[in-house]
Amino acid sequence: MACLAIGTPAMVHHMGGWTAPLGIALVSDGLTVLLLIAVNVIAFLCIIFSLKYMRVYTGLTKYYSLFMLMVAGMNGVVVSGDLFNLFVFLEVASIASYALVAFGVEADELEAGFKYMILGSVASVMILFAVGTVYAVTGTLNMADASREIATRFGGAEMNPALLLAAAFFLMGFGLKAALVPFHAWLPDAHPSAPAPISAMLSGVVIKSLGVYAMCRVMFHVFGFASASPSSVIIADTMIWLSVLSIVVGGLMAIGQWDFKRLLAYSSIGQVGYVMLGIGVGARVLATGGTRSLAALAILGGLFHLINHAAFKSLLFLSSGAIQQATGTRDMKMLSGLGKRMPITAATTNLAALSIAGVPPFSGFWSKLIIIVATIRAGHTAVAVVAIAMAFVTLAYYVKVQKEMIFGPVRGPAESAKEVSPVMYVPMIILAIVCVGFGLLYPVLGSRILEPARDALLNGAEYVKLVLG
Amino acid sequence: MTVYFMCAVLLMMGLYCLVAKKNIVKKIIGIVIMEYAVNLYLITIGYKKGGVAPIIEKTTSPELLERFVDPLPQALVLTSIVIGLGTLALMVSLVIRLYEKHGTFDMSQISKLRG
Repeated sequence: MACLAIGTPAMVHHMGGWTAPLGIALVSDGLTVLLLIAVNVIAFLCIIFSLKYMRVYTGLTKYYSLFMLMVAGMNGVVVSGDLFNLFVFLEVASIASYALVAFGVEADELEAGFKYMILGSVASVMILFAVGTVYAVTGTLNMADASREIATRFGGAEMNPALLLAAAFFLMGFGLKAALVPFHAWLPDAHPSAPAPISAMLSGVVIKSLGVYAMCRVMFHVFGFASASPSSVIIADTMIWLSVLSIVVGGLMAIGQWDFKRLLAYSSIGQVGYVMLGIGVGARVLATGGTRSLAALAILGGLFHLINHAAFKSLLFLSSGAIQQATGTRDMKMLSGLGKRMPITAATTNLAALSIAGVPPFSGFWSKLIIIVATIRAGHTAVAVVAIAMAFVTLAYYVKVQKEMIFGPVRGPAESAKEVSPVMYVPMIILAIVCVGFGLLYPVLGSRILEPARDALLNGAEYVKLVLG
Repeated sequence: MTVYFMCAVLLMMGLYCLVAKKNIVKKIIGIVIMEYAVNLYLITIGYKKGGVAPIIEKTTSPELLERFVDPLPQALVLTSIVIGLGTLALMVSLVIRLYEKHGTFDMSQISKLRG
C-alpha cells in the first residue's frame, strides 16, 4: 500500500471535515512517504519471519495484536500533522513496543522491558511538556500553524526562552526514543532481549520513526531552520553534538561485545548517529544561511542512510534470530564456521555486514560518503574526521563478526546447525536484495523517493502552504 | 508564574524519585508524579480566573465570551491521563512479573544487564 504513494504529490486529509488549524490534519509529503515505505515493508517482512520463528513462544495472538498496534502507531506518527496527535500515536507505538520487548517474560526480558519502559515514559513526559509549552506560546497544536506563528513572531531573531525550553525538551524526548548518546542506556538491553523480529523492528524502524523522524518533523517544520535565527543555530549544533557522541560511543562500545545482538544494538546507536549527523549538518547550514544545495546534500545523505540502515540492520537482526534458532546461542565465542552449515543465512549476514560497514558497491558506502562529503564542505572538518575514523571502526567490528561466526572451522553448536526454513530465509533474501539494490539503483530510487523527502525537509514554508492552503 | 515553577518543582521531584529510589514500585510512583506534574502544567496553561464553560448560545453576551476558558488543554489532559493509565497498568504488570521471578522489589538485586 505504502509503495503506491511513491511519486504521488503531497496530500492533506482533514479529519472529520474540520479544516487545518481547527481539526486534526493527516499530512503525506515526501518525508512521510519515505518513512511509510520503510516502516511497512520491514513490518511485512518481519511478520513473515515471525510465522516460523515465534512458534516457540506462547500467546501468539497477543504477539500479533501488539505487533499490529506498534505498526499502526508508527504509521500514525508519520502521517500526523498535529503535535498532540503525534504524541498520542507515539505513545501507542511505544506502549506496544514495551510489551513486545518483555514478551519472553524471562528475567532478562522483564528487566530490559522495565528499563525501556521507565526511560520511554520519561521521554513521553518530556515530549508532552514540550507540546504544552509550544501550545502556550503559539496557541495552536497544528504543526503548520505553529510554524507560521513562530516564523512571524521570531523570524530571524532570538526565540522566546519558553520556546527554547520546549526545543530542549523535544530534543531530549525524541533523543531518548532515538537512543542518541547520552540517552541510549535502554537500547543495548532492550534490543537483544526482544524476540528477533521485534529487535529488527525496533532497530530498523521504531527508533527512526519515533525518534529521528519526529525530531526532524518538529525541528524543521515547527521551529524551522530557514529563518537563520541564533536560536536555530543552537538547536542545529545540539543535533550535531548528539550525533557525534552517538557515533563515537556506539562504535567503541560495539567492538568489545561478544553477544551478537548486543553488538548489533550498539552498532544501531552509532548508525543513528550518522543519520542525525547528516540531518544536523543540513540544519546548521540552513540556520547559518549557507548554500541550499549543500544543506540539500547533507539532508539527502542522512535520509539515505536512514532507509539503508532500516534495511540492513533489520536484516542483521533477522539473521541473528535465524542463527539463534539454529544453534541455540548468540555468543560469538561459541559460534564458528556457520558459513558451511547455514549458507543462506551466512550469505545474507555477510551482505548486510559489508553494506553497513561501508564497502563500496553496497548502499551503506554511498550514504556515509554523502554525509562525510557534506560535513567537510560545510566546514566541520574535525567532525568529518571522527565520522571517517568511526566508519573504519564499524568495518572492524563487522569483520570480527564475519571472522568469528561465518568463517573458520565448524565447531561447537554450529556442528548440528541446519539451515532455517524458507519462511525465515525468504524475507532475509528480500532484504539482502534491497541492500544491494539501494547501492546500485540509486539513480532510480533517489529521484522518486529520497529527493521528495529531502525537499520536504528543506522547504518548511511549502509545508505550511500545503496544510493551511 | 509561580504556578509554573511549582509544576517544574513537582516534575523534578518525580525525576528525583525515579533516579534515586531503588525500589521499583517507588520508581513507578516517580513516573506517575512526573506525569501529573505535566498534566497540572497543561491545566494551568488553560486556567482563567472566573472562567466559564465555553458554550455559545444565542443569549451569550460579549462579556461572557471574554470569560470563556480555553477548552483544548482540558481535552489534552483527559487524553494524557488515559495514556498514563495505560502505561501505569503495563508498568505494574511488569513489576508483578519481576517480583515473581526475583522475590524482591530492589532494582540493585534484580539488575543483571549492564546497559
